[in-house]
Amino acid sequence: MIKLTLNGAWINMKNINELTALRDKFKNSIAIRTGDTAAANGEKHVLVCGGTGCHSSGCNAILKKLKESLKTHGLEDKIKVVVTGCHGLCALGPLIITHPDEIFYELVEPDDIEEIVTKHLIGGEPVLRKVYHEAIVDGKLISFHETDFFKYQHKISLKNCGIIDPECIEEYIARDGYQALAKALTTMTPLEVIDMVKASGIRGRGGAGFLTGRKWAYAYLTDSDKKYVVCNADEGDPGAFMDRSILEGDPHAVIEAMAIAGYAIKADEGFVYVRAEYPIAVNRFEIALKQARDFGLLGTDIFGTGFNFDINIRLGAGAFVCGEETALLTSIEGHRGEPRPRPPFPAIKGLFGKPTILNNVETFACIPPVILNGPEWLSKLGTENSTGTKVFALGGKIKNIGLVEVPMGTTLRTVAEQVGGGIPNGKAFKAAQTGGPSGGCIPAELFDIPIDFDNLLSIGSMMGSGGMIIMDEDNCMVDIARYFLDFTVEESCGKCTPCRIGTQRMMEILENITEGRGEVGDLEKLEELGEHIKASSLCGLGMTAPNPILSTIKYFRHEYETHINDKKCASGVCKALFQYVINEKCIGCTICKRACPTDAICGEVKKPHFIMQEKCVKCGVCHDKCKFSAINIG
Amino acid sequence: MKKIKTTAGFMGTSEQKEKLIAMIAEHKDIKGSIMPILQKAQEIYGYLPLEVQQIISDETGVSMSEIYGIVTFYSQFVLNPKGEIAISVCMGTACYVKGAKDILDRISANIGIKPGETSKDGRYSLDATRCIGACGLAPVFLVNEDVYGRIEKPEDVDDILKKYTES
Repeated sequence: MIKLTLNGAWINMKNINELTALRDKFKNSIAIRTGDTAAANGEKHVLVCGGTGCHSSGCNAILKKLKESLKTHGLEDKIKVVVTGCHGLCALGPLIITHPDEIFYELVEPDDIEEIVTKHLIGGEPVLRKVYHEAIVDGKLISFHETDFFKYQHKISLKNCGIIDPECIEEYIARDGYQALAKALTTMTPLEVIDMVKASGIRGRGGAGFLTGRKWAYAYLTDSDKKYVVCNADEGDPGAFMDRSILEGDPHAVIEAMAIAGYAIKADEGFVYVRAEYPIAVNRFEIALKQARDFGLLGTDIFGTGFNFDINIRLGAGAFVCGEETALLTSIEGHRGEPRPRPPFPAIKGLFGKPTILNNVETFACIPPVILNGPEWLSKLGTENSTGTKVFALGGKIKNIGLVEVPMGTTLRTVAEQVGGGIPNGKAFKAAQTGGPSGGCIPAELFDIPIDFDNLLSIGSMMGSGGMIIMDEDNCMVDIARYFLDFTVEESCGKCTPCRIGTQRMMEILENITEGRGEVGDLEKLEELGEHIKASSLCGLGMTAPNPILSTIKYFRHEYETHINDKKCASGVCKALFQYVINEKCIGCTICKRACPTDAICGEVKKPHFIMQEKCVKCGVCHDKCKFSAINIG
Repeated sequence: MKKIKTTAGFMGTSEQKEKLIAMIAEHKDIKGSIMPILQKAQEIYGYLPLEVQQIISDETGVSMSEIYGIVTFYSQFVLNPKGEIAISVCMGTACYVKGAKDILDRISANIGIKPGETSKDGRYSLDATRCIGACGLAPVFLVNEDVYGRIEKPEDVDDILKKYTES
């Protein structure tokens, strides 16, 4: 039975042919955005990034202006404007990309729009001053795909982000969307689906890296009248935003994968637990759910196979521990999000006591292409025990802050120096922090290690959800460790003693060290406490909480020792441990004196100045203002 | 997790109460619905004082201790109303390494309340928040719905705050 909606699309599709017909109908309009100039046939698309990064930097104003301008020039029917998910280069937003000529504009402001429309879209000549600066080499325009940021990337989870309109199910279908679900339901048994996921070697992208296929198999083998599929979108690591980008940029991929998982383990109900702090993601996901239901891709008797599946959204309420699987389930059940002991594992006894599989957003986003293209398609990428790709959220002291997806096994150096574009202001790399509060700091000496689950564990960090914070010489590692521990101390749910009290004791020792009260033997105490907390905590939060401290002690022990023995912080971060001093380069220009908020600097014009330490609040303004490098941290 | 006790007096209206009771009736038979109920109650009142928790307890049959336990567990639930001028400073890693702490201190000194507090007259509230995900704009802070990013030095907040305090 074919019905027509207002926009001419089918709804309630009952077989794969209807899906394929719909895909073919919309295929061309998407091909334009993937470099197929022949498909364009004179048509032009302008993609405006609508990810959270660009949203914050003002993409809505750009969009409004663009639509107005196109209307004034009578082009609103000829040039299609599409709001897409995140392109990855969040630091340079708002971003605009034109197709099929693939011109990538950065830092676009409303006042630039008129010029882009008249000169480029009408006149055919790109506005070079706003083109992504890396895409201009020696005055010549190169494709943005050839720039360092894009050329090392390989997009699987993010394949549709920044290409399709996430609020339009037809565009997802045009990119082979829901074909994998159709294939699984109509041509494969649940066991064949599980075997294919197993053979692909995919491991959970949420942190621990457990084999996804094996998890599904456990749930499949547990007999029950009711089973659940849960998607963990409670992305709590500070600095990680890949799950949000997928939900915002390609929500249907998650819906399709959850339905496939439901078929594989014989579940008919799913839950997505998403942070309430992600309103755009929640909104787009709700729109996608409604569309999928309208099209008969969720609900009863999907593709006429008798398979039923639907998904509920539950909003998190700002507790980091709810990213831990058993705590997340307890939270969905309507309680304080405290973890429970494992075993029993959720695959045996999970949500409301029923067998449940829990996967992260990014893991789910990898599933449809694996089902469609076969397991080798994924397993040929990456390393032996970590197949496929990984999305990283690059942040901290790095030029290209944003979202990148690289094959497993790419070195940290490639990610930081090529994709990330290196450190601004010519400063030196000091460390990379991966895995958020559960991970560790990796020193610059180890930057040539290929990134995969096992390598990161072996050097005392972990993959975690994929946050990657780059630090330079100005960052104090003791302070960074204190920062992450402060986070876990506050987020510890309080259920088990090692985590609740142990992390608090570690915190007190660290505070002493950063405030100049460190004692010989503190490091040994921290190490001993850390090992005990790792060994005896109930859940992943406690088991990994000491990682940031243990890894920084391991690689930056000398920094801790300077803090403890010499009561000095060489990076000038721990305020109790340094002072600003004016050296002989001072020419008496008085800039620092005028800038000082507490009038702590004295001295006459053209004579060396002096800082009164008792008045100084160590704000660093004088240090930043001085043009003669005359102020030292001592 | 530290929670500050409710200081403002309860000023809920009968419309709000009607809305709350209707909302609870709609949700209470769904499994595990106490979290969505609390979230929607906070949308109605802006915060969750004991008076509101008591109504939820009466209507759902869930004990007050359980509800209070949930409210104080999750950081999204607040026991104090937001100020007319609600300021939040992102303390995510990217912002932190770029000096978010100094920005927070500057604002705190400027408006005279500590993070987590609402001023007595209800005009200001200040929060240090977890990562808001705008790491590309670090360091970032928000005044109501307005986002201020790429703050180069703490003093830059003075001019931004003036726009609100003088209006």
